[in-house]
Amino acid sequence: MAGWSTHKGTVITLPLANIDTDQLIPARFMSVPRSEGYGNYLLHDLRRAPDGTLDPDFSLNGNAKPSILLAGANFGSGSSREAAVYALVDAGFHAVIALSFGDIFSSNAVNNGLLPARVSDADWNALSGATGDAQINLEQGTITIGTTQVSFALEDSWRVKLINGWDDIDLTKQHTAQIAAYKTQRHQSAPWAWPAHVD
Amino acid sequence: MSKAQTLLDKLWNAHEVLIREDGTSLLWVDRHLVHEGSHHAFAKLAAREGDMAAPDLTFAVVDHYAPTHGRAKIKDPQISRMIETLRGNVAVHGLKIFDLDDPTQGIVHVVGPEQGLTLPGLLINCGDSHTSTHGAFGTLAFGIGATEVAHVLATQTIWQRKPKAMRITVNGTLAAGVSAKDIALNWIAQLGTGGAQGHAIEYAGSAIEALSMEGRMTLCNLSIEGGARFGMIAPDETTFEYVKGRPYAPKGAHWEASLADWATLNTDHDAEFDRDVRFDAADIAPTVTWGTSPEQALPVTAIIPDPNHLDASKGKAAKAALDYMGLTAGQPLIGTPVDQVFIGSCTNGRIEDLRAAAAVLSGRSAKISGLVSPGSALVKAQAEQEGLDRIFTDAGLTWVASGCSMCVGMNGDLVESGKRCASSTNRNFRGRQGRGARTHLMSPAMVAAAAVNGTISDVRPLLQGRAL
Repeated sequence: MAGWSTHKGTVITLPLANIDTDQLIPARFMSVPRSEGYGNYLLHDLRRAPDGTLDPDFSLNGNAKPSILLAGANFGSGSSREAAVYALVDAGFHAVIALSFGDIFSSNAVNNGLLPARVSDADWNALSGATGDAQINLEQGTITIGTTQVSFALEDSWRVKLINGWDDIDLTKQHTAQIAAYKTQRHQSAPWAWPAHVD
Repeated sequence: MSKAQTLLDKLWNAHEVLIREDGTSLLWVDRHLVHEGSHHAFAKLAAREGDMAAPDLTFAVVDHYAPTHGRAKIKDPQISRMIETLRGNVAVHGLKIFDLDDPTQGIVHVVGPEQGLTLPGLLINCGDSHTSTHGAFGTLAFGIGATEVAHVLATQTIWQRKPKAMRITVNGTLAAGVSAKDIALNWIAQLGTGGAQGHAIEYAGSAIEALSMEGRMTLCNLSIEGGARFGMIAPDETTFEYVKGRPYAPKGAHWEASLADWATLNTDHDAEFDRDVRFDAADIAPTVTWGTSPEQALPVTAIIPDPNHLDASKGKAAKAALDYMGLTAGQPLIGTPVDQVFIGSCTNGRIEDLRAAAAVLSGRSAKISGLVSPGSALVKAQAEQEGLDRIFTDAGLTWVASGCSMCVGMNGDLVESGKRCASSTNRNFRGRQGRGARTHLMSPAMVAAAAVNGTISDVRPLLQGRAL
């Protein structure tokens, strides 16, 4: 995963609350290998008629190539499917700005370089009324659209991870000795925590 | 004297390998449960040419794509491929699998507890948001995404920031016809689907202590629908009695040692929670969802709300939900025509759930069609031994094999567009049971009542004079 610290792009607004992960990507598309790309499945049933044609009135279906999504509260609630994040990333999104996020969605997003930026009600309204080019600065924690600038909330550890593009497995391998020591200690203090042998 | 601790504190501390300067903990994972949907994570591990850290602590289950009929020859090649992919990964890493033909196959959150893989005091991960189910045993159990699944496969640990602690206390006695499902839908309706975001919930109080393990699992299962990744209940005699003697549960000296450790798994008297909420069991009625979010739920006796009378943000969502659901504001929920029913899922597919539904359906006919899918092959066998399958089939419902089935529709068990389904599952999201499907969440007994009348119904009158 590549790190990033600033992003310039176009904002698109999806002013609906509770966009759950079943809407972000319906379950029937989740058996596809990632290498085939998930972008076309993003919000599939909201964007497309049953015959697959795009709904011209749906905001995401315009000509612009948006990379920042301004969405309603409780974005990404529901299932743990990381495919919801794949669909956004493969469709070209770098960030989702919302009043709140599902907990599992947020971790999945950061693990794929997608920023889940939390903003206040007032700032959300300011952003949705603003026009012009958009820019996100991870170091400063700011979102700018035209002349409007607001701050977003994000755990510090996630900010660092997005900027560095760190891979957790590589980081954890540095602690192999500590993990081994913990395992030995747990095996001694709680041997019952290992599954009993079953014939 | 050390600071008073919550159950969350005790479970967290026991699993913390280290804590980073930024406050993120590296936690040890005692059990890792994988399923067909874990294919992305196995692919990530393979791309790194990595080995698994602890295949002996990892268990595979076929559930999300499991056909509920015609298993001998699966017709859909995509479904076959998903199951074959899991089998391939299991073979590469030498894992135990509960496969389609195994007499103990079932939904991962039913199989884990049944097999004694789920124990008090453990940390359990699974790439499924309903992993909070296992918290019913006093277990730190939470759903994770594919990148995290790959991390657990590779290291048997997970990075996690400690959530805030929240307690939901329910005291008093539930009325007849009111169950753990109603406790859950009631609190989610009151606090909202984001109400517990960022928190781990501990459920406490006399109404919770009175629940069976099945009821506790239903309640913890639905924590995520209120935004909480974790739900938990302190283990007690009910828990120990359930766990004792299960295949993978501790035996002999280990059993005695485990009981001594588990006795400490409770919140200290003076411990403080970031959020503390109370409900009275006597106030809880059979509850039904009317919209497309689990928070859009009301007592079955209520009328469908008018979006114009709700605050602006909720009103807009309610209007869209009523439009999708094909419902009219101001109409009573009772009497809404239903096309079909579904009884099953990791939320309400256990033996007690089937008994509750059968108690309503016994000697009666269903006016509409429906599917009954037990949570596991063991639940299915138990139900058949008790004659429950005959009650369902005599009523006109279809009795099928175990899997996630119509809760998520990945195995092809779908609700058709525009059809209304009374369902014992966990999500009434748009399209969850199939594109255009209209889902009403409720308890298994309430689903049975809907089957009997062909409409959304109050189960309580149907239970009068019946042994429960």
